[in-house]
Amino acid sequence: MGWFFKFTNSSVGKKLVMAVTGSFLIIFLIVHLIGNITLFFGPDAFNGYVSALDVVKPLIRVVELVLLAAFVLHIYDGFVLWLENRRARPVNYKVNASSENSTFTSRWMFWLGSVIFIFLVLHLATFFWRFNFYDPSGLANNHLYFNIVVNFFQIWWYVALYIVAVIALGFHLHHGFQSVFQTFGWNHKKYFPLIKKIGTLYAIVMAVGFASMPIYFFFFYGGSQ
Amino acid sequence: MEEKNLKLKLKIWRQKNSKSVGSFVDYDVQVSPDASFLEMLDELNNSLEANGEEPIHFESDCREGICGTCGLVINGHPHGPLQKIATCQLHMRNFKDGETLWVEPFRAKAFPVIKDLMVDRSGFDKILEAGGYVSVNTGGAPDANLIPIPKDIASEAFDAAACIGCGACVAACKNASAMLFTSAKVSQYALLPQGQQERYRRVQKMIAVMDELGFGSCTNTYACEAECPKGISVTNIARMNRDFASAKFKSKEEVEV
Ligand code: HEM
Repeated sequence: MGWFFKFTNSSVGKKLVMAVTGSFLIIFLIVHLIGNITLFFGPDAFNGYVSALDVVKPLIRVVELVLLAAFVLHIYDGFVLWLENRRARPVNYKVNASSENSTFTSRWMFWLGSVIFIFLVLHLATFFWRFNFYDPSGLANNHLYFNIVVNFFQIWWYVALYIVAVIALGFHLHHGFQSVFQTFGWNHKKYFPLIKKIGTLYAIVMAVGFASMPIYFFFFYGGSQ
Repeated sequence: MEEKNLKLKLKIWRQKNSKSVGSFVDYDVQVSPDASFLEMLDELNNSLEANGEEPIHFESDCREGICGTCGLVINGHPHGPLQKIATCQLHMRNFKDGETLWVEPFRAKAFPVIKDLMVDRSGFDKILEAGGYVSVNTGGAPDANLIPIPKDIASEAFDAAACIGCGACVAACKNASAMLFTSAKVSQYALLPQGQQERYRRVQKMIAVMDELGFGSCTNTYACEAECPKGISVTNIARMNRDFASAKFKSKEEVEV
């Protein structure tokens, strides 16, 4: 296995790890969004969905472990690459014209990722932890998951952070989606323009999709608690 | 056909040697719009020398855009604001009267400043030494075109080979990455039958040396392609990523440098 660690520690290898974990997260986000959409169909739909996941808990735990590994590797390598890349240019340019030769999303990947990371910690500490382990309000024990979500979506700063984070996620994905193909070596002039468009569409759907829930419940939900 | 000279303010990076700390020095110049950027620096140096001052050190050789020796960062752009030309092909008519121009050396840990605007790009030579060659048999000269190569493949290899090794990709990249240069060199051989023998060793060796020298990695911003005087395509980087991964997974030997 020595060769494998040497390989994944090279510059190109680390990027491959970013791309493999990034694509896994891309797929996860689709599943996650589809599941969360049940929120719009009322408490029964959402509570039913979460309880259905409980039935296949062992499988879910395995997926969660893979997800954890993906996040840890993605964040770790993202941080290491960022550090190494800063070291590769110890003296900066006085005049920086990078806005004329590259997209801002491509240049801000680390910072966009950092915003996602802060959100991720909060997200796990609130929803994930309460759904799975301990909920001080006791709602989770009674399978009233819908109410937990709706309660958080009444807190203005939580909603604000949520929206900022998913916008950052959208920008991260706008660059990240096509970047995966380039990193894997799948840049073909016939298909790449289409891949870039699909990536933009995917990023918009994710940002708008995830933002729609806190926006709806904060501004428009009359409540049926 | 008397054309009006341009008045420009130059802010040029001056640095005594690799160990000293540099800074920008202001120069007011008047220059013909027909002069090239390097000719303007030549004139400025003449006047500096006439005053007994140290001339500004910069590199140039062919002055027709094919040797890759010149390279300055002008207002944040390697080889200046125009696309697909080297600094030597940049003419002053592209600037406006009264403009301020910041002139900096290529900045990268792997390209240390030697003096003023001159940087040490021997890292590129080390990457080439690691694998930028093909093995050929000695003996009678082979017939030309003995090995059939489709035109589109030959053209693609030639496009990669058009890299002049100037280092603008490193200068433009926010990570000071040498991926565009290295991938152009990997690709010009990987695409052709003659390059197949060393194909998978070459890519591993060249990337290992590239990493060792302290160049950054690729974030796929594609700034390199946008600033490259020869328009080298980032599809070469994709090809190198692909070859590197298959080499690592398939090879039975460890390739060390
Ligand atoms: C659901 C969350 C996330 C998804 C779906 C995601 C997805 C991606 C994708 C697809 C890429 C492109 C990989 C490539 O270039 O081949 C990427 C790059 C990157 N991600 Fe994420 N990411 C997520 C969270 C994060 C977090 C939390 C960080 C924290 C630091 C982060 C940091 C980075 C960095 C720094 C890069 C650029 C690496 C480079 O090219 O140098 N990401 N991400």
